[in-house]
Amino acid sequence: MNRLRELLPPVVAAVIGFGGWEMLLWLTRPDGFVLPPPSEIAGAVAENSTAIQTATKVTGFIVVTGLLAGVLAGIAAALLVTAFRTANETLTPLAVAVNAIPIVALAPIFNAWFGLLSPRSNQAVVVALVFFPIFINTSRGLVDVEPSQIELMESYGAGKWRIIREVRLPNAMPFFFTALKLATSLAVIAAIVAEYFGGRQDALGNIITNSAGLTRYADAWAAVLAGSLMGIALYGSAVLLERITMPWYFLGRRA
Amino acid sequence: MTPQPAPAVEIRGVTKVFNPAGANEVLALDNIDLDVAAGDFVTLIGPSGCGKSTLLRLVAALVESTEGNVLVNGKTADQARLDRDYSMVFQRAGLFDWRNVSRNIELPLELMGWKAADRHRRSAEMLELVKLNEFADHHPSELSGGMAQRVAIARAMSFRPGLLLMDEPFGALDEMTREHMQNELLRIWAETETTVIFVTHSISEAVFLSTTVVVMSPRPGRIAAVVDNELDTRDDSARDTPQFFANVSAVRKVLRAGEPR
Repeated sequence: MNRLRELLPPVVAAVIGFGGWEMLLWLTRPDGFVLPPPSEIAGAVAENSTAIQTATKVTGFIVVTGLLAGVLAGIAAALLVTAFRTANETLTPLAVAVNAIPIVALAPIFNAWFGLLSPRSNQAVVVALVFFPIFINTSRGLVDVEPSQIELMESYGAGKWRIIREVRLPNAMPFFFTALKLATSLAVIAAIVAEYFGGRQDALGNIITNSAGLTRYADAWAAVLAGSLMGIALYGSAVLLERITMPWYFLGRRA
Repeated sequence: MTPQPAPAVEIRGVTKVFNPAGANEVLALDNIDLDVAAGDFVTLIGPSGCGKSTLLRLVAALVESTEGNVLVNGKTADQARLDRDYSMVFQRAGLFDWRNVSRNIELPLELMGWKAADRHRRSAEMLELVKLNEFADHHPSELSGGMAQRVAIARAMSFRPGLLLMDEPFGALDEMTREHMQNELLRIWAETETTVIFVTHSISEAVFLSTTVVVMSPRPGRIAAVVDNELDTRDDSARDTPQFFANVSAVRKVLRAGEPR
């Protein structure tokens, strides 16, 4: 019964959304350039299912590997700046400066570095975009600890690394997961935009630019749909991981 | 003549300056001398800014003295910290949300490298001591303030330190819970024969709990008087005795005398 009540709102929203979209286009009959109706997009998905499946795998690989590398780098940098003051004084301003660069704008430059058709340049864009929110949030969580909890650990003779393990890391987990949920959709956006400029020719980003160039808008929308589903799946995995790794956080809290 | 046992804590000529030579230099403690005998229950009382919490942190080696010496069981305070000669309880229980009640109590034992079976046995004993047996598997977010503070005391006592340092541990509790916790603490103190140094700004709390009340005055922090606090009974009934009221008045008089006018 409860399950049903939870599922009902998104299902109703989907029916109203897609139904309204279809109906509106059927009534106004604009050019296919503007927006194809959902039925036509569904047709395009069916027609190009192999190409879209391949593209989803290619882009998915770039997104997942880039996301993992960016997350690991972000956590490592956060630990470094927490443990060593000099690391904090050099690394944090550097990270802020790098973040000020519009990173997707670097995609064509990365192509020159890694080769126009190499997926490496696309991965590099994902890593660069994911790194910053993970780094900032995780280091905030590592530092934002109740002072008496640190004093408590010191009173037991615990050293810096033991305090990081027992207090700072668990304390940083809610901060980290907030960033991870943001990073999942960022990673998909970064990969697809990077693919507009180069990388493998059978990826989602290329299908979108090529189809649009040939005025096959329904095909472009079908690829966009695949990208959205990928983003939702990754976000859902992050939420699931959060639930599994810190059940204590959700006690007595409605989340 | 029986030889005098060495004091649990010896404080000799201790001065603490915060931000020395800085624009906001503060003389927090000025030339403090104090002995705490083993088995005593000593409270430090005084208005805010008298340095009572700083003095406690000096004994815990969480703060370094500018001048003078602090010895705990005849060792430097820092050596005593590394040897786990004492345990501390703060105003905020400071339990770890990611550990259940048992595992919070076992934290110091884990840091000391105890085996799991020994840790579990000891945390069960400690839960017995603070009467929270049925809450072993609960998480801190499911406890009331008083219960959380009892877990913090169980954690502090888990490795049976000879010295317990308490920094306004009941300051955030309501009056009813507070009196209950005071009774419990006296019972635990009597059962475990621990030496206690207890910081408070409540006169009645100081008189009810301690064998010695150390009255401090602010700016700079000094010891204004050391009052021997004799009570014929040491349980809840003592709260209504003439002796209790007389001792409360005595401490209040010394505190008032130390106030700047």
